[in-house]
Amino acid sequence: MPAKSSSQTLTVALIGNPNTGKSTLFSALCGVRQRTGNYPGVTVERKLGRAEFHHQPFTIVDLPGSYSLAPRSPDEMIAVDVLLGRLNVVDEPDAILCIVDASNLERNLYLVSQVLELGKPTVIALNMVDVARDRGMTIDVDMLRKRLHVPVIEIQANRKWGLEELKQALVETLKVKQTPPESPFPEPFQAEVTKLETHCEQEFGTPLPRYLVERLLLDTSGYLSHGGVREINDSIQTAISAARQRLASAGTPVPAVEAMARYQWIGKLLDGVVQRPSSRPRSFSDQLDRVLTHWLWGTAVFALLMVFLFQAVFWIAGPASDLIDWLKTHASNLVAAHLAEGALQSLIINGAIEGVGGVIVFLPQIFVLFLFIAILEDCGYMSRAAYLMDRLMSRVGLSGKSFIPLLSSFACAVPGIMSARVIENPRDRLITILVAPLMSCSARLPVYTLLIGAFIPSQRVIGVFGLQGLTMFAMYTIGIVTAVFVTLVLRRTILKGATPPFVMELPSYKIPGLGIVLYRMFDRGWAFVRRAGTLIFAVTILVWAAAYYPRYEAATNPSEQLRHSFLGQAGQFVEPAVRPLGWDWKIGCAAIASFPAREVVIATLGVIYNLGEDEDEQSETLRETLRSATWEGTDRKVFNIPVALSIMVFFALCAQCSSTLAVIKRETNSWRWPAFTFAYMTGLAYVAAFLTFQIGSLFVG
Amino acid sequence: MTVLADTKVGQSGRVLQVEGMDDVAIRLLEMGLTPGVEFELIGIAPLGDPIEIAIRGYRLSLRKSEAARVTIELTA
Repeated sequence: MPAKSSSQTLTVALIGNPNTGKSTLFSALCGVRQRTGNYPGVTVERKLGRAEFHHQPFTIVDLPGSYSLAPRSPDEMIAVDVLLGRLNVVDEPDAILCIVDASNLERNLYLVSQVLELGKPTVIALNMVDVARDRGMTIDVDMLRKRLHVPVIEIQANRKWGLEELKQALVETLKVKQTPPESPFPEPFQAEVTKLETHCEQEFGTPLPRYLVERLLLDTSGYLSHGGVREINDSIQTAISAARQRLASAGTPVPAVEAMARYQWIGKLLDGVVQRPSSRPRSFSDQLDRVLTHWLWGTAVFALLMVFLFQAVFWIAGPASDLIDWLKTHASNLVAAHLAEGALQSLIINGAIEGVGGVIVFLPQIFVLFLFIAILEDCGYMSRAAYLMDRLMSRVGLSGKSFIPLLSSFACAVPGIMSARVIENPRDRLITILVAPLMSCSARLPVYTLLIGAFIPSQRVIGVFGLQGLTMFAMYTIGIVTAVFVTLVLRRTILKGATPPFVMELPSYKIPGLGIVLYRMFDRGWAFVRRAGTLIFAVTILVWAAAYYPRYEAATNPSEQLRHSFLGQAGQFVEPAVRPLGWDWKIGCAAIASFPAREVVIATLGVIYNLGEDEDEQSETLRETLRSATWEGTDRKVFNIPVALSIMVFFALCAQCSSTLAVIKRETNSWRWPAFTFAYMTGLAYVAAFLTFQIGSLFVG
Repeated sequence: MTVLADTKVGQSGRVLQVEGMDDVAIRLLEMGLTPGVEFELIGIAPLGDPIEIAIRGYRLSLRKSEAARVTIELTA
């Protein structure tokens, strides 16, 4: 390793188990000097940060939290590729910083054992020593250092202690000559790896890193030999199978040999290093857990928390969006007072201000949801929620980890989809993302409220249940039932595969760190504004233009202008297609206009029926107008119960939200999936609305 | 032959073997369910699945279908 002058940036890869305080450490080291991006072809986020130690700059690459460096999917392969310098979007790391939870050393050292085999300068950050002490454990850090032969630095990431010593250790370890690591594997295994190494070198001319060869031999899941390592050919494949046979007969079968070898090494390493009290004292965390996973109390607490989550969103979102409406009105009035009527005024008021408003109106609920989710994640409750819900979710083909993302989507799919990142399995994560928009979000509520208020009689059926309430409930249920159906279909067709393991750690509870929680909330909120915000804004301008142009000079009111505009013409053009749903061109027009953002539909209906844009879903005037609306040139009423229901069903199932599609694009790192979501949801919405109207009409006669 | 899926809350024992070579088996081994390791069954989720065990100083949850792969011997 050539010596670097102190002005050259050192690249350090940060790795560790989940729940070890890795994010806290990364934030503590880099502060706000962080950048996120994408690795090509995978959904893992590329996180880089800048830090400094006495004029020595560092680039820190935050790798995803993992229990083991044994890649079985493209997302997991990223960490290995980064560490071995096989990706050109990130410099090969000069050193590896491995963060370890002192209260959980045995399992944490598994990853350390793999990292040490990479043969790079490594520093261990021993975090959470205070938690270990609270549990009555004592750790002889000096002995640990001596036995590991690498620097072990005690830190408390949440208190920012030990960071300078950590950075110093990183700088100094690069000056020390690296001795090749000792392998924990038994002799027969090491011999097979060497044989395979030579074979690979003969096949390709250049050698594969020894770590990868080892992994090839160990990976019985098949990922590496079927695409994970591009260089593999049939001859190597045969050699691997033969080697595995020999190892099995020698009594050291793959893959068990790895876990046994490493945990044996860990056992020897920790012997005398960690003193545990003979009976583990019931920590507060354990006692809390007995309640929170209890069949009765646990479920009760869980239900209460979920209800609270929802209520919180509506409590905050309501007043906040009123505030934003107020701001919008005042801004519009200001513009109207200073700018003459015409295209520019209309562009600013109905295009730009609407557009910005359309983005900002999401922010309160996004912040509340992300705050809540960040608190649940950081305190450790998230995994209990997955634990409690897993049985229910696996009945439909998902896992407990999908529950909170999907539940959040009932408030707003944007944070719901973004929080699906906690789902490690790529296929489960993708399915969750694709069905999340079916959860009836709060933007659909105005449509339901308007149409139910106008057309569903407020009778009582079956005792205490009102027809109106039941209809509302039915709309939500339709979304859930459709989601179950779509999940089952996806799992049998394009997203087939074995059920992924649910094996999941239940970390100790801890008080959530205010800093990290707020940071997550703002970081994700801002990510939304940046990505989806620009799209919503652009689309709102486009819809404005489609409604404003071409100008119809003879128009005496906005409704006539709309009829002659591109949007109006589009509505009339699709009328034949929407008639089977019971709609006329005006409804078609409102539906088209609401494709970018469904909230727009109420205001659009207001314009179409000549009431101006200020009507909302509670407006009696709008309801009356709809009740008396007739088909062009006839006396026949447009709206009746089947029509109202078909509109609601369409809105329940249709992907009318450009922010959701933008977020899907960001989370899946491809245009294919948002396009698929749009297509399947619109298709389902059309068919369901059609059936609702046709079947409903039979009843109405 | 007793498997982990059959144990009752409060029982403890030792792992003998993990069956299979697929993703699930590898994951169980990586998380520390290796031959000889001690465990205790801490709890079962309200709907009957998954289960929670104490192993190597931490808490692990896994489905019964996954726990069925782990042969064990009880010690208490």
